[in-house]
This record gives sequence, structure tokens and C-alpha cells, in this order.
Amino acid sequence: MNANDPFVLGGVSLTSRLFIGTGKYGADSLIPAVAEASGSQVITVAMRRVDKPAPQSGGSAPAQGSPGIMSHIPGHMRLLPNTSGARNAEEAVRLARLARAAGCGDWIKIEVISDTRHLLPDGYETAKATEILAKEGFTVLPYINADLYVARACAEAGAAAVMPLGAPIGTNRGLRTKEMIAILIEEMDLPVIVDAGIGRPSQACEAMEMGAAACLVNTAIASANDPVVMARAFGEAVQAGRNAWLAGAGFVRGMAGGAEASSPLTGFLR
Amino acid sequence: MKTFQDFLQNWPAQRRAEAVEKATEEQVFSVLNKNNLQPEDFLTLLSPAASPHLERMARRAHELTLRFFGRAVHIFTPLYISDVCTNQCRYCGFNAKNKQPRHHLSVDEAAAEARAIADLGFQHILLLTGDARHLSSPQYIADVARRIKPLFASVGIEVYSLTTDEYALLVDAGVDSMTMFQETYNPELYAWLHPAGPKRDYAFRLNAPQRAAEAGMRSMGVGALLGLESFEQDAFATGLHGWWLQRNYPGMDVSVSIPRICPHEGSFDVPHALDDRHLVQYVTALRCFLPRAGITCSSRESAFMRDHLLPLGVTRVSAGVSTAVGGRVTEDAHNPGQFEITDGRSLDEMTAALRGMGYQPVLKDWENPASAC
Repeated sequence: MNANDPFVLGGVSLTSRLFIGTGKYGADSLIPAVAEASGSQVITVAMRRVDKPAPQSGGSAPAQGSPGIMSHIPGHMRLLPNTSGARNAEEAVRLARLARAAGCGDWIKIEVISDTRHLLPDGYETAKATEILAKEGFTVLPYINADLYVARACAEAGAAAVMPLGAPIGTNRGLRTKEMIAILIEEMDLPVIVDAGIGRPSQACEAMEMGAAACLVNTAIASANDPVVMARAFGEAVQAGRNAWLAGAGFVRGMAGGAEASSPLTGFLR
Repeated sequence: MKTFQDFLQNWPAQRRAEAVEKATEEQVFSVLNKNNLQPEDFLTLLSPAASPHLERMARRAHELTLRFFGRAVHIFTPLYISDVCTNQCRYCGFNAKNKQPRHHLSVDEAAAEARAIADLGFQHILLLTGDARHLSSPQYIADVARRIKPLFASVGIEVYSLTTDEYALLVDAGVDSMTMFQETYNPELYAWLHPAGPKRDYAFRLNAPQRAAEAGMRSMGVGALLGLESFEQDAFATGLHGWWLQRNYPGMDVSVSIPRICPHEGSFDVPHALDDRHLVQYVTALRCFLPRAGITCSSRESAFMRDHLLPLGVTRVSAGVSTAVGGRVTEDAHNPGQFEITDGRSLDEMTAALRGMGYQPVLKDWENPASAC
């Protein structure tokens, strides 16, 4: 973590540029250790998994020894509730409002997915939801395809950052959209947070080296044999990549500038 | 509109049988190295050529399950609200010919049973009824659903086939998921198994999931009762049904149930009783073919089998199951259930078992955006 290089998002200053998730763990009780090892300060949670008291439950209690997921999230972490399950803008907006009403704060990660085969986000509906929620005072982080036009639409709609996917969600395939992410980093004034598909710390490091503001990693940590050690690896990799970007990589001599030609094309100028 | 029934015409039984017979070991290996499987690939994994390679299939299925579902297992429980039935299905305990006391819960009784279930900690409930429109009408099911919806994150149904408008009525009442067992996809066998009652209409049942999807149902489960027809035929048709639903209704969550009939269940000898190896072959093939589909394993299976199927692809299990109507808080009618359960673990026992295996029991996995704020 680098206190001299804060990541300011939604008016909040963060020292870690790794965001983590809460899904797919063998036990929610792993979350505190994962969070600590990763150094992360932001954690996303699906509203569909968040317990809320049933209004007419007659005092129904969780199953014995089954505290809700929220009880495992360290108090110092900033919650990033997400709208998993929403298939259009209206549903995403409803879930965001529910999250705020449930005390999860004003940050919201917009997920609008109406294709359960590939789980690719719907850019048009995402931008619509972003506009509505930004006007309501949310800090909106839309999960999008690595698409410049969608990113711009979300920026115009009031997003605090954009979260392009590196590869289809859950695949651990790495930065398959690297070229497009590079364009977003180059073109967007908003922070670019690479979300989905990152499978290894080296890939997170690469995203940060490119100039991504942060990475969100869930499956790669949760599905590791040792999630805590993997979380630490990701935390270190993200920091290393960030440091590399700050340092400015040295010039890489490419093929065109490689060997000195014995008969240079511009020799006639001598 | 094209239906699954139309699509199934592309895969007549003869074509399926020939593909299964011709499948080779090399094709099995090739399929296991593919990312996106086609129906013919699924058939290859269901073939005898794949049978010696269950471990290889299991490893692939395990990896896909971890990737897309992690170590989280969804838990639900059924609530039977009526066993009055006008059908005469040869394999079912609710068969109208069976002379037994029948029980039908009033809306108040169903709500009381549901409250008892909610108090145990369940958040996903599945309502089941026999097929008796005169008593368990769509409106009655809707009334029960609307009443119990505040108690649960999700209310599902496993009831007789409905029209699109009737499914819409239930969606409006808060039902978000449905399960429909075709039992067998062989129309001739289906006719023999269902000699009387409205369930005799093969096509109306086959296309019910599509009507439910059109009505706005969020989640859909399909399944055959394994053992009625040869393994490859019904296993393939079931997976194909899930695949077709995913492709035509991409916004819907699709799951596949894997019940197998006991060798001496019903009023006949089960012609194609499924052994454990074939069940494992089915689960692993399903996971490879439908990586993101839920796979549901009911309490028909033993605790031993359910526990061992989890790493292979099963993502949804029931707990605290009773297949009889009432008995939790309403008067126990001592009626026999629809079928014998084998895994009688309570919710607490199931959650403890899952944790012991390194899995997270997920009691809540839905927040209906339509009713949120």
C-alpha cells in the first residue's frame, strides 16, 4: 500500500487498489482473513445474498450457526453492493435503492446481465441505470464490456469510474480485452477498474502496469486452494503493477528499431 | 413461435442412438478439451465410449463447477400443499387410483406451514401440488404464494402445466421459479406412463417451461425421471431442453434436476434403472455441456451420493424434506408422500455436512428486483 499515491474514488481516499468479492468461498468466515491478507479496502457483495429481516417473519432466525454474509465483512471496509440478478436498468435501480435502504451505503456496482450463458453486461441498460442512480447521489461503478462508447455513455451519465471486463466473468482467462482496456485508459478521464476475468496475480499486475486505476478480483481468489495466500499475492501484484506504472517503464527497443542497418535507407543524407 | 417440441424433431431417437453408438474414445477426449459444447458433444459424453473415462470427465466437471459456482451450494426445501390428484401416473404415490387419505391445505394452513419452514431458516421454498385444477387451482396457488412471499427470498413452484396467463398470474403473486419434470421425452412411453388425467398431454407439458418464460418466470428447472427410458435418450433430451431454454431465453436461470426412479417404485418394474456410474456420467456430462446451469439433486438420493456429487457439478440441494402434505404445524394426516426420500437430513444437519466438506451453504441467493424498493 502506498499512502503517497491515494486512489480517490467517490470522495474517498483509498490506499489499496485491489477490490475483492464475496462470492464462491467455501465459507464466508474466510472473508476477514482474505481481506486482511489482500490489504483491500473495498469489497463487493451481491444484494441477492444479503439477508434482510423478513417483515412478517414472526421472528424467523437464520439457521443455526449461519450468520449472514454481512457479519463477515470487516468494519473498516467500504461496501460496494452490486446488482447481480438485474436484467434491465429498472431492476438495477431497484436493487441499488434496496442496498442503500439496507444500510449498505451509497456506492453501487451496476451489473445488468440478461444473458445467463455468457454473463456479458448490457451496456445500454447499464448506462441508463447509471444516469438514474448518479442523479440520486450514488457513487456509481458500472460493470461494462471494454467498449469505448459504453464507457463514454456511463461517464456522461455520471459514473465515478468504469469497470471493464478483462474476460468473461468467472473464467480466470486474464486480459483478453487488453487492447480495448488500453484504449479506455488512454481515452477516459474516469478511473478504469478492471473487473472480471483476471485469473492470476501477474494479470492483475499487467493491468496496473497499463495504467488501470484498480482491479476487482473474486473468482481467482475464492477458487484458489489457499484463498488467503492468493489474496496476499493479488494485493502485492496490484501494488507492484501500480509502482511500475508510476515509475514509467523504460523504452523497449522494438523490431523496427532493433538492429542497425548496414545500408541505412537514409544513408544518402550523409 | 418455435417450441422445444419443434426443435426436438431435429433429434429423433434414431439419430441419438446412432450418435451414441458411433462415439469413440478419441471423440470423448476431444470434447473434454472444448470450451463450448454442442448437442452432439453432449451425446458423446453420454455414450458408452465415455464410460471408462468418468474420472477425466469428473475432473473437468469439477473445474467448471468451481469456476462458475465456487464452493457455494444453494439450499431449498419443498412444501407440499395438496396431494389431491386426478392423474394416474404409474410411478407416482399421488396416483388417483391409490386409495389413501388425501390432504389439501387451506391458504391459512399453507401459510402456517410456510412460517414454520421460514422459522427454521429456509429462504428458498418450492410449492408442490397434485394435479387437481378444481381444488388446487392456479388462483389457489397464487393466493398461497402471495401470502408466503414476505417470508422468503424466493418462492418456486412445481405444479401441473399451466397456460401462459396462469404462469403470469403466479409471477404477479411473487413466484420467481418453476420446475417442470417431463418424466420422459419419449412420447409413446409417456402415453403409457400417463394413462389418465390432464398430464396425458405430452406437448402441453413439454412446452410449459417456454410458456412460463414468456410469462416472466426468472428461473427454470427441467428434468426427466431417470430410469423410465434408456439413459442416453432421456439424459440427452433433458440436457438439450436446458440448452434450448438457455439459448432462447438468455435472461433466465436454467437448472436441471437429476432424479432417478427407484427400481421398484410405482406399479411396474423400472425398465432402465440407472446405476451410480451412469448417474455420475450424467452429472459430469451435464456440467460440461451446460457450465453455468444449476444442477439440482433431491433427497431421493442418499446422503452419501449427494455429498459425492457436489464436486462433480451439483449446485442445489434440498434439506428438511417431507413429501407429505402438512404435518409441521397443521394436523398430520399421516399420508404417504409422493415418493420415499433417502436423505432425511434437516437444514442444520445439511449445513453442517456442507461446511464439513468445505462448501458454503447458501440459504439466500435471490432478491427479486421487481419487488425491491
